[in-house]
Amino acid sequence: MNKDAVYGLYPNPESAQRAVDALEEAGVPERDIVIVSAEPFEDYPFGRRDHRTLMPWIAVLAGVLAGLMGFLFVAFTQRAYPLPTGGMPIVSPWPDGVITYELIMLGAILATLITLVVTARSPEGTSHIYATEVAQGKILVGAAKVRAENSAKIEAALRNAGAFSVVGSKPGA
Amino acid sequence: MEWRGGWSGERWVIPMASLDQDTLNRVDDDLLRPLMATSRRYFVASSLVGLIVLTAVAVFGYQVWRGIGVLGINRPVFWAFYITNFVFWIGISHAGTLISAILRLANATWRRPVTRCAEAITVFALSIGAMFPIIHLGRPWLFFWLVPYPSQRTIWPNFRSPLLWDFFAISSYLTGSVTFLLLPIIPDWAVVRERAHGWRKRLYRVLSLGWRGTPRQWNRLETAMHIMAVVIIPVAVSVHTIVSWDFAMAPVPMWHSTIFGPYFVAGAIFSGIAGLILAMALLRKCLHLEEYLRPLHFDNLGKLLLMMSLLWFYFIVAERLTTWYGNESSEMAVFWATQRGAFAPLFWIMVLCNFGIPFPLLAIKKLRTITGTVIASSTIVVGMWIERFLIIVPSLARKYLPYAFGSYRPTWVEITVTAGTFAAMGLLYLLFVKFVPIISIWELKVGLRATLPARAAWRQKAAPWSQCRDLRGRPNAGEAVLAANLMAKEPRE
Repeated sequence: MNKDAVYGLYPNPESAQRAVDALEEAGVPERDIVIVSAEPFEDYPFGRRDHRTLMPWIAVLAGVLAGLMGFLFVAFTQRAYPLPTGGMPIVSPWPDGVITYELIMLGAILATLITLVVTARSPEGTSHIYATEVAQGKILVGAAKVRAENSAKIEAALRNAGAFSVVGSKPGA
Repeated sequence: MEWRGGWSGERWVIPMASLDQDTLNRVDDDLLRPLMATSRRYFVASSLVGLIVLTAVAVFGYQVWRGIGVLGINRPVFWAFYITNFVFWIGISHAGTLISAILRLANATWRRPVTRCAEAITVFALSIGAMFPIIHLGRPWLFFWLVPYPSQRTIWPNFRSPLLWDFFAISSYLTGSVTFLLLPIIPDWAVVRERAHGWRKRLYRVLSLGWRGTPRQWNRLETAMHIMAVVIIPVAVSVHTIVSWDFAMAPVPMWHSTIFGPYFVAGAIFSGIAGLILAMALLRKCLHLEEYLRPLHFDNLGKLLLMMSLLWFYFIVAERLTTWYGNESSEMAVFWATQRGAFAPLFWIMVLCNFGIPFPLLAIKKLRTITGTVIASSTIVVGMWIERFLIIVPSLARKYLPYAFGSYRPTWVEITVTAGTFAAMGLLYLLFVKFVPIISIWELKVGLRATLPARAAWRQKAAPWSQCRDLRGRPNAGEAVLAANLMAKEPRE
């Protein structure tokens, strides 16, 4: 039978790392290796996978754009509806700077949030692999898109790494 | 891959052995208990504060119906209790986000059980504070006139008004604070999702946004948290600076001062830490979180509070000395009104509450216990509310020309609405702990796991707690003790 995914549950990050290494040795492409845990493991190589992101730069860019748009909004409004106040110029750089500053920050905050929501999604094919035991502290390591002829080999690799249990799921499960 | 342990010369470097399953389960059970079970005491407490909030809402309705003539404000004291509440609650909101962000950026490992509690305070206090400019309006249903939007009436908000800066500052801060609070909650909601049943399961499935916990998600979340921590600090500072400019931009005696920005920010952090300590003490007692919110946390926050108390005293002296030395007649009228006039009793109570009582309690190590920090925080909260009142009312009551001098006495309407805000804070907190683990489960586990080398070193009698370090060499005694206690294998502190 053709299995879509095979995964094992591991009690600690050491055994999870061994499982990831074993899957790589078994020829599973990195994009098809699935790791799911209830906490981050930055001190282990598997926890640092896929960590490159443009999020900080996007936040900076969004901040600059929001600030620029905010300043233009304020300045054009002040010119369109002039309100002479206290002898200040109609477009007053100091007060407008306060609003520009706040909008820079708001732009960076919203961009960070949106980037997180958009980029944290799992790749196609791996998104359905999950086990409720993860919430209890187990670490799930598995492989997506497993071909039938490789299934036994991958199951053995996961088991030898110290899995509590190894589970295979059918396509579309 | 191989992990080898040993003494590196400076610290223990050993494998990060796993936390045993019992410890993980115990952490989950302890922190999810308030979400899963509801005691009778909870209903009683919720009903009590809910009743006070409803009363305050009804009284506000009465104010809207009868008009602001039912308030004690008058000419020339147009701003009083409500604006005091506005400044006070915006100040309290600095507890969370600012403290949490600074501790996160500084990698203070003891922060983990504290941060969510603090971030929640920020969101609630800010929401309460932001309502007051509207509550204060004579016609609150026209509050949207403040919002900058294209209007056919050609009534455009004046962007040079500090009141409009408030709108932008508070909007940005509220958006940032809610984001900063919610981001690290998502993984915890995923944990609750797996434990809950029925409608709760469906609710948490929606709230957890499909969170699974892949390395990609963890990395994105931590990057986002880092960016938010960097962004939220200048926003928080700007918010209270802008609140101070509501006053400092006006040529009113003792308002028109360059010191107001930093003075307000320092006061905000001061009252915020005090509010945080009170909230932590209540949660510790009511939710039985003694193992998590430990004396160490109160001691560390007590030290911060001590520093802020000294800073507050410095600002008071700097402000008063400069005014006294300048001897400008309109400012001296306000000065003497607060030093030995009608407002003097409040002024000296404020000094006692913000410095006289807290200083010895926080400076003497033996007194800096949980009880000591709670007493100090209680007096500080009272003192800081009085401070906000004394900034606003005496200056308006003694403005320039003696024939225009006035006085102010609050009415039962203002007092009830003010009491309602404190009850609202309690109610929001009670609701929050029913839906969100009040201590971040995943962050706590990361902290516990990081202390395992320290714990192992202790077991080998190689290092006392005070010298314990985590894998990255950071001091980590507090969480090492917590880990040991949870695992129930080593003695308590």
